[in-house]
Amino acid sequence: MKIFYHIGRYFILLSKVFSRPEKTKIFLKAVVREMDNLGINSLGIVIIISVFMGAVITLQTAYNLENPLIPTYLVGLTARDSMILEFSSTIVGLILAGKVGSNIASEIGTMRISEQIDALEIMGVNSASHLILPKIIGAVLINPFLTIISIFVGIFGGYLATVFTGAITPDSYIYGIHYVFIPFYITYALVKTVVFAFIITSVPAYHGYYSSGGALEVGRASTMAVVYSSVLILLFNVLLTQLMLA
Amino acid sequence: MIALKNVYKSFGDNSVLEDISVFFEQGKTNLIIGQSGSGKTVLLKSIIGLHQIDSGEIIYGDKEFSRMPIKEKKEIRKEIGMVFQGGALFDSATVEENVMFPLEMFTNMTKAEMLDRVNFCLSKVNLENVNKLYPAEISGGMQKRVSIARAIALNPKYLFCDEPNSGLDPKTAIVIDQLIRELTLEFNMTTVVNTHDMNSVIEIGDKIVFIFEGKKWWEGNRDDILTTENKELEEFIFASDLMRKFKHLKVDL
Repeated sequence: MKIFYHIGRYFILLSKVFSRPEKTKIFLKAVVREMDNLGINSLGIVIIISVFMGAVITLQTAYNLENPLIPTYLVGLTARDSMILEFSSTIVGLILAGKVGSNIASEIGTMRISEQIDALEIMGVNSASHLILPKIIGAVLINPFLTIISIFVGIFGGYLATVFTGAITPDSYIYGIHYVFIPFYITYALVKTVVFAFIITSVPAYHGYYSSGGALEVGRASTMAVVYSSVLILLFNVLLTQLMLA
Repeated sequence: MIALKNVYKSFGDNSVLEDISVFFEQGKTNLIIGQSGSGKTVLLKSIIGLHQIDSGEIIYGDKEFSRMPIKEKKEIRKEIGMVFQGGALFDSATVEENVMFPLEMFTNMTKAEMLDRVNFCLSKVNLENVNKLYPAEISGGMQKRVSIARAIALNPKYLFCDEPNSGLDPKTAIVIDQLIRELTLEFNMTTVVNTHDMNSVIEIGDKIVFIFEGKKWWEGNRDDILTTENKELEEFIFASDLMRKFKHLKVDL
């Protein structure tokens, strides 16, 4: 039954979060700062993961399709579609749930236990909206760019793999990544990214906002935030796939 | 002025405040004293609306605060300054940004006007050349002073301080006490200080309310308190050797 308590409290928090900001100028500044904190600062890890993912998908596909009846350019097609449909949105989402989620939960949790949130409330500031809304909007705006970059870098990683290993010819790979491209897949990936961005900011923010006690509880909130965000990403991945691709 | 009428507060089955009725006067330093766990922090947090009371009334001026709609509550809160036990300064902001925060949120001042006001508030708490430092780069006493500067930035009518001396050395604690008293007089604020520091009681206690087991046990001023015959209050005040010696010294005088 505790799950219903948390779900109810999560939506009550969201109703507080989605209220008109006190000052638009301060809010916009905060959104830009969060885009930098949550998005630009994650660019390095997204690029590293994507390039290796692209390379590994290419190599695994190439080594598993050693059949003269199957054209080698399908390796490029598989790498491209795997990056677009799953890896760049879901896997990057899961990695950001760990990096960004723990960051948000510990930041807001520390503010809670050191009475900084109380200080905001006493000043007459809607603390939930002031602290959480810029993070959600910032991530929702910047994460699609991370996904696009991840797709490109991942496909480039696959190309590098073909150049350095000779698993298939680079020309065949390039032909494959151009073959039967379905633009809707990009829409699907971006929709997933936006939903995941919402999850990886709002769920950790919930855990941080309602943490109490001391450093131990903030640590626990941070862990719970990552676990719940990851599970929700996986759940919504299935739901969105069924809704959009079925 | 702030008036409390028959305030009750409990957490589950645990009754923390019972039938508290107090009047906090404007232009005076009103102290809430009591042992740890007596309910004084809950009382302070109830007065400022961080806890919802079960029954009773909390009146700011002539407005009943506890059951006010959130919009009206926000307006009252803009007239409140609060100094938290740990300072509650925003870690990611500099001293200047911390003091400027309420000005940015609730005024239409220009940047230059805000900077003037920040420097004025910092000078009131005797802080200079710390504008660009972060809270982690200054001492605990300085953090408390920045917290006071932030609390007075919007010229509040009401100032609340939750154990402003905790964790400070006696000399710095006296500086903080004096600051609170001076600012209360200068800006004619209704100041409510939560403390169990006997130095504060003697230094700045214009009005003192003693809370014992969640009830208002005694009310008076710093002169009355030293001659009290209230057993629980006496045990609280004269718990330390130093205060017992002080008591005898007073009697001898």
